[in-house]
This record gives sequence, C-alpha cells and structure tokens, in this order.
Amino acid sequence: MRKQKRIGIGLSALALVACIGSASTAASAQSISDVQRIAKERGLSTADLLAAAKTLTPSGMKDEYIIFSSGGHSGQVFVIGVPSMRLLRSIAVFTPEPWQGWGYGVGNEILEQGYVNDKANLWGDTHHPALSETKGDYDGQWLFINDKINARVAVIDLRDFETKQIIKNPLTVSDHGGTFVTPNTEYVIEGGQYAVPWGAEYAPISDYKEKYKGSITMWKFDRKKGRIDKDRSFAIELPPYWQDIADAGKGVSDGYMFVNSINTELATGGIENKNPPFEAGASMNATDYLHIIDWRKAEKIYQSGKVEIIQGFPVITLETAIAEGLLYLTPEPRSPHGVDVAPKGDFIVVSGKLDPHVTIYSFQKIMDAIANKTFSGKDEFGISVLDFDSVVEAQVEVGLGPLHTQFGPDGYAYTSLFLDSAVARWTLGGSYGKGTPEPDWTLVHKTPVQYNVGHIGVAEGDTVSPDGKYLISFNKWSVDRFFPTGPLLPQNFQLLDISNQGADMPVIYDMPIGVGEPHYAQIIKADKLNPWSVYPEIGWDPQTQAVDPWAPRRKMERVERKDDGTVEIYMTAIRSHFNPEHINIKQGDKVVWRITNIERAVDATHGLAIPQYNINLSLEPGETAKFEFIADVPGVFPFYCSEFCSALHLEMVGYLMVEPTE
Amino acid sequence: MSQSLIGRIIGPRVSTEDLTQHELRYRAPSFLLLIARVLILVSLFLPYWHMVLVAPQYPDNLQLTAHVNQLSGDVAEIDSLNHYIGMRPLEEAAQFERSVGVYILILLVIMLEFAAWIHSRWAVLLVLPAVFFPAIFLLDLHLWMSHFGQNLDPDAPLSNSIEPFVPPILGTGMVGQFKTIATPGIGLLLSALASVVIIVALFFHRRAYRPLVAANNGE
Ligand SMILES: [Cu+2]
Repeated sequence: MRKQKRIGIGLSALALVACIGSASTAASAQSISDVQRIAKERGLSTADLLAAAKTLTPSGMKDEYIIFSSGGHSGQVFVIGVPSMRLLRSIAVFTPEPWQGWGYGVGNEILEQGYVNDKANLWGDTHHPALSETKGDYDGQWLFINDKINARVAVIDLRDFETKQIIKNPLTVSDHGGTFVTPNTEYVIEGGQYAVPWGAEYAPISDYKEKYKGSITMWKFDRKKGRIDKDRSFAIELPPYWQDIADAGKGVSDGYMFVNSINTELATGGIENKNPPFEAGASMNATDYLHIIDWRKAEKIYQSGKVEIIQGFPVITLETAIAEGLLYLTPEPRSPHGVDVAPKGDFIVVSGKLDPHVTIYSFQKIMDAIANKTFSGKDEFGISVLDFDSVVEAQVEVGLGPLHTQFGPDGYAYTSLFLDSAVARWTLGGSYGKGTPEPDWTLVHKTPVQYNVGHIGVAEGDTVSPDGKYLISFNKWSVDRFFPTGPLLPQNFQLLDISNQGADMPVIYDMPIGVGEPHYAQIIKADKLNPWSVYPEIGWDPQTQAVDPWAPRRKMERVERKDDGTVEIYMTAIRSHFNPEHINIKQGDKVVWRITNIERAVDATHGLAIPQYNINLSLEPGETAKFEFIADVPGVFPFYCSEFCSALHLEMVGYLMVEPTE
Repeated sequence: MSQSLIGRIIGPRVSTEDLTQHELRYRAPSFLLLIARVLILVSLFLPYWHMVLVAPQYPDNLQLTAHVNQLSGDVAEIDSLNHYIGMRPLEEAAQFERSVGVYILILLVIMLEFAAWIHSRWAVLLVLPAVFFPAIFLLDLHLWMSHFGQNLDPDAPLSNSIEPFVPPILGTGMVGQFKTIATPGIGLLLSALASVVIIVALFFHRRAYRPLVAANNGE
C-alpha cells in the first residue's frame, strides 16, 4: 500500500499536465425547481432557458457544425464550434502568431511567399474563406482565404489546419471578390477590388479610364499537390468598376461566375479639390453592373494561348473577352454587396445596399438573353449589357441595407440587413416554392440582431445542399452587448435557430470576437472533417506533408560542425527533455537547427523557445522543423519548452552557449 | 515375448477388426487431440493478454496487448511515462520468449500429433508441456513484470517518489494515477481450453489403450 501511495504522488503530478476536468457530477438531488430558482435569481426568461438548452454544450460533448471564419485584421482564420459558439482555435495565415510559432521558426517560408516586392507585409485583412467543394458540396479537405489589403490568397490543409501556401496576385493590389471556388474546386476565384494600373505601376489618376484595370483571377488548384498552380492560372481583364463579391455558378449554371461591381461611375474622388468624394461619386448611378462570365470558355481561350502576358501572368484582355463572348453585364441595384447563387444554380440573388430589395436573376433568362441578344446597349468599354427586365425573375422587398444572402434546405433564403440590423427570411419561388408554407418571393420574417450585420452564414448555406438549422449573423458592432472593454469593442457573432418555419427564428447565443473583425465565414458539418490527431509519422514535415529524411530521430541526436562554419543541430523533444541539452557554439556561427517532437500521444505538443533570438516553435506530435539563424549575440541562453507538456515541463530546458570570439 | 523399447513407448497397435468394432473408443482421444492442436494453432494469431491503463488525461485509455511473439498497443506512450519512474522500455522484456514463442507453440502441436500415435502412458509426457503452457505464459509474464517493476533506475526523474511495484497479472491494480486492468486474451483462453481438452483426451486415451497394454503385458 505504502509504495503505491508514493508512486501515486509522482504520477499524479503528471496528471496535472493534461488534466481534462471530468465534469463534476451532481452531489445532491436536483430538480427543475432549482433551474427555476436560478433563472429567477439571474432574471432569465423561458426563452433564455430554451436558448441555453439549445446551445449549452457540456464538457466532452462535441459540436455539430464547425465555422471557419475570417479573422479580419488578425490575418488568421478562426475555428468555432456550433451550437456552442466556442472558439476552438485560430489558424495563423498571413500574420506571425506566437502560439503556433508561425513566423518565429515555423511557417517563415510561407509567410515569405506573401512578401510584396520583397517587403515583409506581415498583416492580413482576411475576408472570405472558401471550403473546397466536390460537386458543389463542401468536402472538408481544403480551405482558402483572401487577404484584401494585398491581394493574396492562402491555402490551408484541413488535415492539420495549417497554412501551406500564400500566393500574391501579380496584377492587382487589393481583392474582395475572393475566395470563391468552382463546384469541383477546379479554380479558386479572386476578384480584384480597387482598380490600379497593372501591377500597381504608376499612372496618374487622371488616366483612370485608360490605365486603371479591373480583373478577376482564376487560380488553378492542384488537389494532389494541395497547392495553387500559378503556371496553370490566368486572369480576365475587366473594366475598372471596382469589382466586388463574386460567386461561382453551380448545378445548371456550372461553368459561369457572377461578379458585382460598385464603381461603374468610374469615380476618382478628390474631395479636397471639391470633387465628389468616392462615397458619393461611386453611388451616383441608379445601377451598377453584374458581370456574367463564362469561365469554362475563358479556360479554353487561355489554353488556346489567346492571352497577353502582363506582369508575367497570362491575362485574357477585355477585347478578347468581349470578342469571344465570355463576358456580359446586366444592371444591378447600385452599390451591391452580395451576389449569391441559389442551391440549384438557377437563381442569382443580388442585394444593393441602397435598395430595400433583393433582386433575383434567372440563369435561364440570362442564357436566353445572351442567345437572343436581348441587349439594352453596351457599356463604355464595349461590353454588351443584358436588358435588366428580361433577366430578372423577381424582386423582394426585405428591408434596409440588404447585403448578403444564404439559403436553407427548404426554399427559404436569408438576407442580412445592415441598416435595419436584422436578418430577413424570405421565400424563393420556382421549384423551391413547394418547400415553404408562405407564397413565393415574399418576406416572411425579420429577426433583429445586435448590431449592424455584415455577412451571414447558414449551415452549408452556399452549397448545393444547404442544411439550415443554424444561421450566424456576423455583426460589426456590439455596442451594449458585453462588458465595455474600453472604446474598442468586440464584434458580435449571433447564433440564430432557423430550424422552424415562419416567424420562429430566435437569436440563441452571442459570441464576442475580440481579435480582429471577421467578415464571411462558412459552416460545415463537423463529420465532414477528418483531421489528424497527431502527425502520421515521426519526423513529419507539415510543409511537404511527408516524412523529412533529415528529421532528427531518437538516438541520432547530435551537433555537427561543418567546415564552412555552419553548426547543424539534430535535436529531439519528448516529455520532458530536449536531446541534446547543451549547445556549445561560437559567436558568428551559422546555426541550422533541426528538431523533431518524437511523441505519439495526442496533444503532447512541445515548444522550443530561444531567448533574445526571437525564436519560438510549436511542435505537434511527430512534427519536425528546421530553422536557421546567425549566432551574433554571445552569451548564455537557456532555451525551454514553451508548451506546458508534463509534470517536469519546467525542467524541459537546455543551454545555448554562444562563446564570444574576441 | 519381450518388446523393444520403441515398441513399448509406441504401445500396442489396434487391429483393424477391433478398430471397426469400437471406432468411437479409439477415435475419441485422437479426435480430441486434433481439436487441441487446432485450438493452439489458432491461438497463435490471437492476443494472449491485455492490460488497460485508465487515467483522467487519457479518455481513450492506454492499451497493451501481448501475443506470443509481440507486444503491441500504446507501447511508446507507456514507455514514455515509465521513463519518469525509471522503468526499462517494454520492448526489452521477454525478448527471447517472444522470438521463440511461435516455434514453441508449433513444437507443442507436433508433440500432440505424436501423442495421438502413441498408445502407451508415454503419451502423457508429450502432452504435458501443452497442458501447462497457459500457466507458464502467465508465470513468465509475472516474472518479467516484477523484474521490471522492482528494478527501477534510481537516477530516473521521479525515482525518489517511487518504490518498486508489481501490477497484478490478472485483475485490477493501481500504479500512480493509473488503474491497471489486466485480462486474458482470447488466445490464452483458447490455449487454456486446449489444456482442458487434452486432459479429457488423456482420460479417453487411458480407457482405450490401457486394456490393450495390460493384455500385451499379460502374454
Ligand atoms: Cu515540453
């Protein structure tokens, strides 16, 4: 007995390390009257209790859906569970992130891919994540996200939730119409936003119409390699209309894509010279243009070589696009935000922020108008403009400031209303009409949200088979919803239960987001994701997703001094030690440090933090990493494991001894 | 007439006439030994022993499984924990036994095969190793466990908070925050069943051949 007790002390300390608090079970008898008493004490209504019952996720219970949310200024992606609305983790993308070691020893090469003109641009403005799709449905394998500020696109592997690639658009400076994927993820679409001359080369703004360009880029995704293949990608030149959100057709409209624009006025601003400011100049016309692009035809044109190489990148010029009949315009309510294709691909919903309607275009009517040349004229760049009345199926008055639309499984559509601070539920017509008790094309209900909603997300609500059930309102302002954290307040993600028909769609949870301002997010059924719990083999390099033959292994730990003055370190990490623990080098040495976490246990992550050298790595079980630095600062530097891994975690330490040379 | 030594070991042969008249009597021991052989052969491919280690931070528990020739399960993780208390890696245990385990079982099967042909009391000698095999397996396992549990490295990180221990070879025990649950594997159960079948076979063997041996000796 005695000996068991003593060992118990030792190993119980280990238990502290990864302590998974087992939910405390009730000691005494509980009854519903206890719930009523507490509800009374805390001022909770029956609706509040019901909302709690719908969302409360006790310890160990898993979420049914997973949100991949843009992280806004954080340059990251947030992974959030539904209905619990718990932040599960962030994924570092465009911005260094110390917990993941991103930019401090791991991921440095990928961050460098995002440098612009060799300049470290280390913040990102992530807007629109896009999950990879197969036959128009999320397949849970890849995630793409754009960076609006520098027109970059990143690829994230959903096996390990890590960024694998950042690609900089060579033509445009900023993007907003991305990322969106074609139904089988053939292409990742990135639409440029604020027009600039190609590659942002200088041209005075008085040359706006002639020299400034709009564009949409079709990044070819190589699923096997898990990378965008720049050599098989191309762009299409568009007028400098400030293209906005885009969406790929699906179902009957597969092969097409639809792109909004917000500045068909070609406004160039200049309030300081008494010119109309952009906000007025770009909102002057009653309508802007919805771009209708036959991307399959564009792909053929590109493949046949009818492109111009601009900034080293193949571009189908506006002239070619018009001549080949792959680009058409049609008027849309001015200053639109969302363009969203209905699940079967037959309707395209556009909302003009300054018009209380959603406008629904019929893809069939668009095809007919193109075939019959039902044009109302040409724009000033010579693109044929389809007659508005002949392509519109319906308009539904939903409220003030409609922005984005998502779809349910049953014939309902949902539109965010920025000015009304509400989410509208309305009915689709056509073949969707049977699904709802209300008549076609009518507003059913508006649920107020707090406040100023931007995008909304419905579970799988932009796929060919939306799930409904949950809607999340990604609100820009929270005003009075939370404890005031100084003048900078969090955003508010509000969860709505949309599983019932009609007017029943209450808000059931508020989640503050205090790390950047997210824009769009997609919501995928959790069981479609199949992430690794540990890396498949020891010595795994997440950048290549393969075993690194150079990875340090057990019993092969060593420090090698090369003839050229390079010191190569081969280190392993396991609870609770590094091996080797002494690194003796000389000032000025070039250090190539390789380290493998040789653990196989789930969650047995180790860190490697080196003081004064700005280094910190996160090494998940099996992961190997390599980083290099010049040991220019002499001294004694205790490096340690920066991820609490075990009872003897504090003792997981080593000494880097840099001997001065003079 | 004095018999040769080999003749005495092999024992009396049964006449064809006798065999057809008392088929069940003579076939029964051979058939039972055949079953025992099959059981042992099948057990080769099945686990002999399991240990489950239960602790709060391992919601799926840690598992250890022993076949006659290999150790599998969360060996690396158990080793990694054991290094704190200075226990040697599990892979170093019973290396010889695991390397010869399969051959020993095949040898036991061959001995049972011979035993079916021997109609004297010498057959007992050939089957006894197979009868005792399950017990020997457990005894060996116990000896290794106590050897490992009682020879901890005094320089291990947590050595001063530990005294030697032996987790039970079957049943439940506690080692630190780990509850250990050791259970026989299906292979061991089949092997034990084979032991019972062999003992029953011996009974029928004696009933069939003892009268013949006695008759022979009486001449
Ligand atoms: Cu550690």
